[in-house]
Amino acid sequence: MTSLAAFAADLAAGRIRVVDLTQTLSPDFPTIVLPPQFGQCAPFRMEQISRYDADGPGWYWNNITVGEHTGTHFDAPVHWVTGKDLPNNTTDTLPAQNLVAPACVIDCSAEAADNGDYLLTVPVLEAWEAAHGRIPAGAWILFRTDWSKRSGAAYANMRDDGAHTPGPDPHAVRWMVGRGALGFGVETIGTDAGQAHLMDPMYPAHSMMHGAGRYGLQCLCNLDQLPPTGAIVIAPPLKIQGGSGSPLRVLALVPA
Amino acid sequence: MTAKLPPPAPANPLAVPRAPLLPPTTRSRAALGLASAAAERRFALQVCAACAAVQYPPREVCLACLGHHLPWRDVPREGRVLATTTIRISADPYFRTRTPWRIGTVRLACGPVVVAHLHGDVAPGASVRMTLRLDKSGQGVMLAMPAEDSANMQDDPQLREMTCDPRGRRVLVTDGRSAAGQAIAAALQAAGAREVFLGVAEPWRPLPGRDRLAGSAVDLDCTDEDSVRRCAASLGGRVEILVNTALHVRPGGISAGTSMATARAEMECAYFGPLRLARHFGPALRARAADGTHPACAWVGLASVYGLAANPAFGGFSAAQAAALSLLQSLRAELRPIRVLRVLTGPVDDEWHQANPPPKVSPAALAAAVVGALRDGLEQVAVGDVAQDFLARFRDNPDTLARELAG
Repeated sequence: MTSLAAFAADLAAGRIRVVDLTQTLSPDFPTIVLPPQFGQCAPFRMEQISRYDADGPGWYWNNITVGEHTGTHFDAPVHWVTGKDLPNNTTDTLPAQNLVAPACVIDCSAEAADNGDYLLTVPVLEAWEAAHGRIPAGAWILFRTDWSKRSGAAYANMRDDGAHTPGPDPHAVRWMVGRGALGFGVETIGTDAGQAHLMDPMYPAHSMMHGAGRYGLQCLCNLDQLPPTGAIVIAPPLKIQGGSGSPLRVLALVPA
Repeated sequence: MTAKLPPPAPANPLAVPRAPLLPPTTRSRAALGLASAAAERRFALQVCAACAAVQYPPREVCLACLGHHLPWRDVPREGRVLATTTIRISADPYFRTRTPWRIGTVRLACGPVVVAHLHGDVAPGASVRMTLRLDKSGQGVMLAMPAEDSANMQDDPQLREMTCDPRGRRVLVTDGRSAAGQAIAAALQAAGAREVFLGVAEPWRPLPGRDRLAGSAVDLDCTDEDSVRRCAASLGGRVEILVNTALHVRPGGISAGTSMATARAEMECAYFGPLRLARHFGPALRARAADGTHPACAWVGLASVYGLAANPAFGGFSAAQAAALSLLQSLRAELRPIRVLRVLTGPVDDEWHQANPPPKVSPAALAAAVVGALRDGLEQVAVGDVAQDFLARFRDNPDTLARELAG
């Protein structure tokens, strides 16, 4: 039996479970907010074409509009200026082989529960490695904060000085790039912390990850159902020509 | 003396509501000038340019000298009632359900004798203040008011057929995120509105002024079809006045300075948003336009004077506002007997007009204008010096105004 045949048998027998890491794409889900003088990411919108009515008696369908960075979404390297000249940096050119990859889940849910300014640091990553082994090159590093269990204003957590949501500090990002991480995935609206515009460099996860050709995943959920190691993440963005990212369905395969 | 109108009583849910009928609509083209004046609280009649004879009813040639240049001029409002009568039976479906109805003949100080609707406090032989009002079909009609204010005069049933007093009515203000929306909600509440709902988009974002909102916040995002549908499902049957205050102002031209995303956002706010509101709230409002003592009565749209003639420095915004005005024009015809009030504003005193010198329109001025226009049943009000001057120049010569703006 090939390993794929064994995999199919495990799936069929329920020895491998499929976990949906995706938030529902709806108009009410918070979208990133930039200062008003900048262009804004479109929220998800759906308008009916027909619903078994005069516009289409036997069928129901909608037109949708959405920004590339709306809802649970993928960031390609071209999204940031630091990654603009890299090869295969857009959603249509990045290697398909990278879109299925193992995941290491760093659980900081206890620390981030009441602290919107919680930062993922190198010591936390090193402690994780001490417990679970070295993070392999080519793996997603997923930052579990349980922020996906919040909703509305508590999820966006915006104040007069901007959003207060957890993220990595610049040293942690540099460390993860050094480990050869495929990308960095989070439960919040951005891979960077809400206050990352105050860091040096600004927005380190965007700046350094994309500058190194790595990816981002945002607005994930159900990370609490993943083991620290051993999960496989399937995260292929829409094949948008020249796209900087896309909403997507993210699935994880985990041992039952 | 007019009896004070009590607050609305609970409706009998099994009673068939009174249908939204219209009084007689047909007018000559000349007579439409009465509606144009009434729409803006003016009292105007045709005055012969050759012999200065004041004309009534409106006509094509002067009744005194056969001159054919009869421009509309504001004329004195004074008059004296000659005779009155009360109509108790009418063959007209609209008036049949509104009798008794008082009318009379009034000699105007400026000359003509007119047939007018009479406020209940107007007695035979009395001196009156004449007003031009819009009736439920949007036509200009004469209504004689008492020379002096009388108690509860706003509550006269014939007057109420021609006005949209917010007192006792429930109001939805669409954009609770804007200073204008919040000020208008507060003014409507102060004017005695029974309930004020303030639409708030993206409730997960901080809302400046949330702690001092007049009325209750409801989820409403006019850029989202589903949000408008849900709001209409909840409120469509229980608001009598809808005030759309959303303005998305960004400087920038047509060929440069405005991104496509901004241009689209402006159009979403100015045109597609009101379009969604109209589709989801319009039919329900119209259906309740004659129901009970406080029927649904008004749709208010805030728009920029740049919709009349584009200001190239705000080119994208101007184009979207032209669409907004066009929508209101069609909506006015569709929603009768609901009054569609267009509130024209110049630059508002907000962060997007920092480079504009005063005078700018304050949210409080907008709010006062909306309440006043509803009370008088207007269809148009230009708020502030800039808007009034702009409108006067537009009427004088739209082409000249466009050239002035092009610089």
